[in-house]
Amino acid sequence: MALITVSSPHAHGPMSTATVMRLVLLATLPGVFALTYFFGFGTLTNILFAALLALGMEAAILKIRKRPIGFYLNDGSALVTAILLGIALPPASPWWILAVGILFSIVFAKHLYGGMGYNPFNPAMVGYVVLLISFPVQMTSWVAPIGNFDGSVLGPIDALVRTFSASSVDAVTAATPLDVLKQNNSLLIEDLWASNSQFGSLAGVGWEWANVGFLLGGLFLLYKRVFTWHAPISMLIALTLLSAIFYDGGSSASGGSPMFHLFSGATMLGAFFIVTDPVTSAVSNKGRIIYGACIGVLIYLIRVWGNYPDAVAFSVLLMNFAAPLLDHYTQPRTYGHKKKTLQKETD
Amino acid sequence: MRKIFDIHGGVHPPENKVQSLSRGIESAGIPPVLVHPLSQHIGAPATPIVEVGQRVLKGQMIADAKGFVSAPVHASSSGTVSTIEHREIPHPSGLLARCIVIDTDGKDEWIELDPVEDYTALEKADLLHRIRDAGIAGMGGAGFPSAVKLSTRDDVVIDTLIINGTECEPYITADDILMRERADQIIAGVKILQHLIQPTKQTLIGVEDNKPEGIAALRAAAEGSNIEVVVFPTKYPSGGEKQLIQILTGREVPSGGLPADIGVVCQNIGTTVAIHRAVQYGEPLISRITTVTGEACSAPGNFEVLLGTPVDYLLKLGGFQQDQCIRLVMGGPMMGFTLRDTAVPVVKTTNCLLAPTQKELPPPPPAQACIRCGMCAEACPVSLLPQQMYWFARGKEYEKLEEHNLFDCIECGACSYACPSNIPLVQYYRASKAEIRKQQQEKVKSEHAKARFEARQIRIEREEAEKEARRKARQEAAKKKAAAGKDPIKAAQAKAAPAADPAQAAIEKAMAKRSGNAPEETNEEKLARLKKAVETAEKRLESATAKLKEAEAADAPNLGALQTAHERMTEKFAKAKEELQQFEQASTEAPSTGDPAADAIARAQAARAKNADKSPREKAEEQVASLEKRLSKSEQKLAEAKESGSETAEVLEQSTAKLRDKLDAARAELAQLSESEAPVAAAASTNDPAQLAIEKAMAAREAAAKLSPEDKAKKALESLEARVEKTRTKLAEAEESGADTVDVLRDTLAKLEDKLAEARKEAGVEG
Amino acid sequence: MIELLTQHPFIAALASLAILGLAFGSLLGFAAVKFKTEGDPIADQVEALLPQTQCGQCGYPGCRPYAEAIAEGDAINKCPPGGEATINALADLLDVEALPLDAEEESVPSVAFIREDECIGCTKCIQACPVDAIVGAAKHMHTVVASECTGCDLCVEPCPVDCIDMIPLPTTVQNWSWELPKPAEDLIATDRDSNSSNRDEAA
Repeated sequence: MALITVSSPHAHGPMSTATVMRLVLLATLPGVFALTYFFGFGTLTNILFAALLALGMEAAILKIRKRPIGFYLNDGSALVTAILLGIALPPASPWWILAVGILFSIVFAKHLYGGMGYNPFNPAMVGYVVLLISFPVQMTSWVAPIGNFDGSVLGPIDALVRTFSASSVDAVTAATPLDVLKQNNSLLIEDLWASNSQFGSLAGVGWEWANVGFLLGGLFLLYKRVFTWHAPISMLIALTLLSAIFYDGGSSASGGSPMFHLFSGATMLGAFFIVTDPVTSAVSNKGRIIYGACIGVLIYLIRVWGNYPDAVAFSVLLMNFAAPLLDHYTQPRTYGHKKKTLQKETD
Repeated sequence: MRKIFDIHGGVHPPENKVQSLSRGIESAGIPPVLVHPLSQHIGAPATPIVEVGQRVLKGQMIADAKGFVSAPVHASSSGTVSTIEHREIPHPSGLLARCIVIDTDGKDEWIELDPVEDYTALEKADLLHRIRDAGIAGMGGAGFPSAVKLSTRDDVVIDTLIINGTECEPYITADDILMRERADQIIAGVKILQHLIQPTKQTLIGVEDNKPEGIAALRAAAEGSNIEVVVFPTKYPSGGEKQLIQILTGREVPSGGLPADIGVVCQNIGTTVAIHRAVQYGEPLISRITTVTGEACSAPGNFEVLLGTPVDYLLKLGGFQQDQCIRLVMGGPMMGFTLRDTAVPVVKTTNCLLAPTQKELPPPPPAQACIRCGMCAEACPVSLLPQQMYWFARGKEYEKLEEHNLFDCIECGACSYACPSNIPLVQYYRASKAEIRKQQQEKVKSEHAKARFEARQIRIEREEAEKEARRKARQEAAKKKAAAGKDPIKAAQAKAAPAADPAQAAIEKAMAKRSGNAPEETNEEKLARLKKAVETAEKRLESATAKLKEAEAADAPNLGALQTAHERMTEKFAKAKEELQQFEQASTEAPSTGDPAADAIARAQAARAKNADKSPREKAEEQVASLEKRLSKSEQKLAEAKESGSETAEVLEQSTAKLRDKLDAARAELAQLSESEAPVAAAASTNDPAQLAIEKAMAAREAAAKLSPEDKAKKALESLEARVEKTRTKLAEAEESGADTVDVLRDTLAKLEDKLAEARKEAGVEG
Repeated sequence: MIELLTQHPFIAALASLAILGLAFGSLLGFAAVKFKTEGDPIADQVEALLPQTQCGQCGYPGCRPYAEAIAEGDAINKCPPGGEATINALADLLDVEALPLDAEEESVPSVAFIREDECIGCTKCIQACPVDAIVGAAKHMHTVVASECTGCDLCVEPCPVDCIDMIPLPTTVQNWSWELPKPAEDLIATDRDSNSSNRDEAA
């Protein structure tokens, strides 16, 4: 056998990009299970169609860009984007919503910036925000969770029908807990809780369990060292701190308890699956702490005082802007150096 | 329990150390051929001090260190130097470098060694000298000359001596087996180092916790000494010098600095043993322990191998199966380099030969996109941001790379190992470092070139200015002369006189003769001169003939030239002969007994003949013609210069004017000559010296004819005496003034004296 | 006066504009005098980036004249010894588009070498060398001081007997280095023909 000439190191670790992506997909399972349990098969149809669309569009654009298609599809990044978007969208979203979302995620946010690794913004969140701004009605009509009204959930057939039917309003929908809290301006939190069936023990019915599911998945990824704790934990701490500071015992003007914020909306999904997206976040550990904390602060600000009930997507995109700046100022101290070298440049 | 510090990052690759630890150290034996590269260390290559064909003994120095950072090379067995040539050396480039090749004779005959009984009695410098002469260079992998590393400055206090027994790279067990089997030698070496360095605080041997047997052996050997064996958790790359110092002391070597800057000296365990052997037994570094391992080796193990042993020889001992091996690595899987050829030799830094199968260490898959996951930054032991540096390296943003401390990268490979996208990060950094260094060198070179270029510009300008100044000065001088000299014709004549213009010279000579003040030349003198001329002409002719003959024989290309030269020589010879004959005839015609009249006649005739020969008029005419030609040329040039408005016009104008003057002068002279020629031809007897002399001589002859032979002889004697006297004074004069006529005058004097003696004898006999 | 201005806002506006104009004008004028820069710093900076081979391949007699020409607006892509790296550095400095090199190829770093037994000692190369790197005298053999040679090849052309060679610098163990890896993911469209992309698809 001919001897090959390569630069050291000759050994390679067990981790590969495809492995990372597979682990991420695996980690979404508990959350997806909870969503499906409480909100019916709508989430699964979302994920299925988003995944198919994403693979199709990725292949198409790779073909247009004359890149090796198999090589790039194999890294699983398109699949991860699609599944995260599918989870974030209201269950059983219409097919065209999915198509527009994926188009903006894969084609605009990713490939037009140069493809995997070159995108400054989180593709899934770009798709989500485009949809949220363009189609507010469809984007806020979540199906009611189990235990509401008639106690039934969307079955697989119903979900498919809903996805492909022209009219999307015939299913039972309900305002999300975050929405309810936002609309409230007269009731004490305690009263609000009692008067609305959407609320569960910690946060919203179903929502709290979905968040627990994503938390579990996130802890699994942490254990697997797919990412470091810095960004998600600092984000959760910032959110907890802010909500604790502004939770004045539950007045009508209060922003909700820390528990409510931690287990509502897309908090855990954001913390462990969106904020940790390596491509668009800060690179150093210190940078990631600041990055995560800023996202936590922004989420609370927008949720409580902003126009939108949830704010993970906006916060993440805003902080994506700031990531290069954070990188610049948080370069770690190298072995044998007294100070960070970058100070030299800013002098 | 000692506090162990942690290093940032690090990875945990599979260790794979047990394979090669199943057996103890085995000797690899003597290979038929030893190849000793001259550069097995960091620094200047050694200089060979043996010759091809020379027999060398085991341990004999065959190449000496050149410069401070260098190390000598020794023959590792006895044999004959078969060649000193460029051969492939163990280097990632696979390039060739000079090697001394020895054909071993199998006798393994040692050179006489110089062991030291008690090293504590030695001076530090002497000890260092011994280490240096033993050719010891860091055996952990880098190969930095140990003596250089150990020569710490006197003003630097070293408080900690660290012996590196970490061996953090997977697969390699050379140091492990050394600890197990030769712990006492290690400790002995450490004691020498302690004596040399005099650490004020502590001496530590750092070992990873995956070598329990080695640790136990070391601890047993170190019992009762102040050497502490420190054990810490296994993690790659704890064995890096800077990392080990951090682990054991918590201190960091400043960037760009040396461990000595923070009071630490670090040596590898293998080096320690080599130092022990060099000092205690006087043995130079001629062998080392090398691990041969990998799944393509059926009998992995550790071998004590002579330096210079070809790798294929060693691999055979390890049961190497070439057909299964995908790449052959010298060193470990993290920092080793691939070999292109198995003929390269084992060198001082060869701690391992790794022959993995394809399954074991598969070839790197194509690199995927960097997703900035940060796993590399997590793994980096020096807290760099490899993913950022990767982008900068790809974008060739070298300034940014330096800002991100690229040069603190130790190329340990942890980042590449951890990278999920299989990006060859280390290669990016290596290439970028090399490029930056190259650019720095080029920068220096370009600065240098610029300085030289500018110096040249200045020089050219200065020369230009000097030329201009000289030209101006000349112009001024010419103007002044023109103003001062009222008679330009005379000036021109005076100027032309010394010039080797034969016509002018002839005219002058003739004129001088006519006016009667020509230098006197006696007959004898003339004869001698002519004889000499004939002689030299003959000689020249002879040599020319010889050359011509030679050339003819060899059919040389310069035959034509030689022929003409020969002809010329013949002519000259003939001429000279003729002249001599004429003169001799003249002398014999005129009684050569020293008749002054005859002498004078001959002289006058000769002068006349000369005058007639030269034909001054013709010569003058020729001169006028040539001057005319030159003038027309320079006029043409002047017109051209004027037309193009060149600044040389002025100069040309002046030179043209000068030429015109000269021409006028020459014409005037010509006119004069043609005028004066007529009376000469008419031979006005009153003023022709020749005629006068003839008349005078005739009168003298008549007078002489009247004298008796005795009287004649007497007179001749008298005249001879007078001449001798005259010549004597002349000679004295000439000697005084150092004139070159001295020799001729001496000759003449001698001859005259002979003649005088003869004449006296004659006179005496007759008288 | 004030009344006039209050009565006629148009005049007031004109007056205030004029006053402002004067004020800023004088400020600018002062700044122009006070902070006047000596020399041509741009040309200096450009010169610092040029390789100083003094080869004249750019059409200027040396690096300094070309630097001055660039500062005056000449193209930045005329320096074959500097190659792409120099063009990029110049583009960075001057904030202009990096152009492809205005020559067939980058000149390889090399040194001049005189085949000494063929040299007739005409001194023509000595006069051509911009950095005085050739030693020799009339009718005596000349030789190149390799460490000073910039590889500009200006000496090659004047040689009447063509005894000067430009020898590329050899790669030795000392100056060898790893090359930047070629990224597999970076295969841009122009590098690939349809066949190879099909093959990748199949894979």
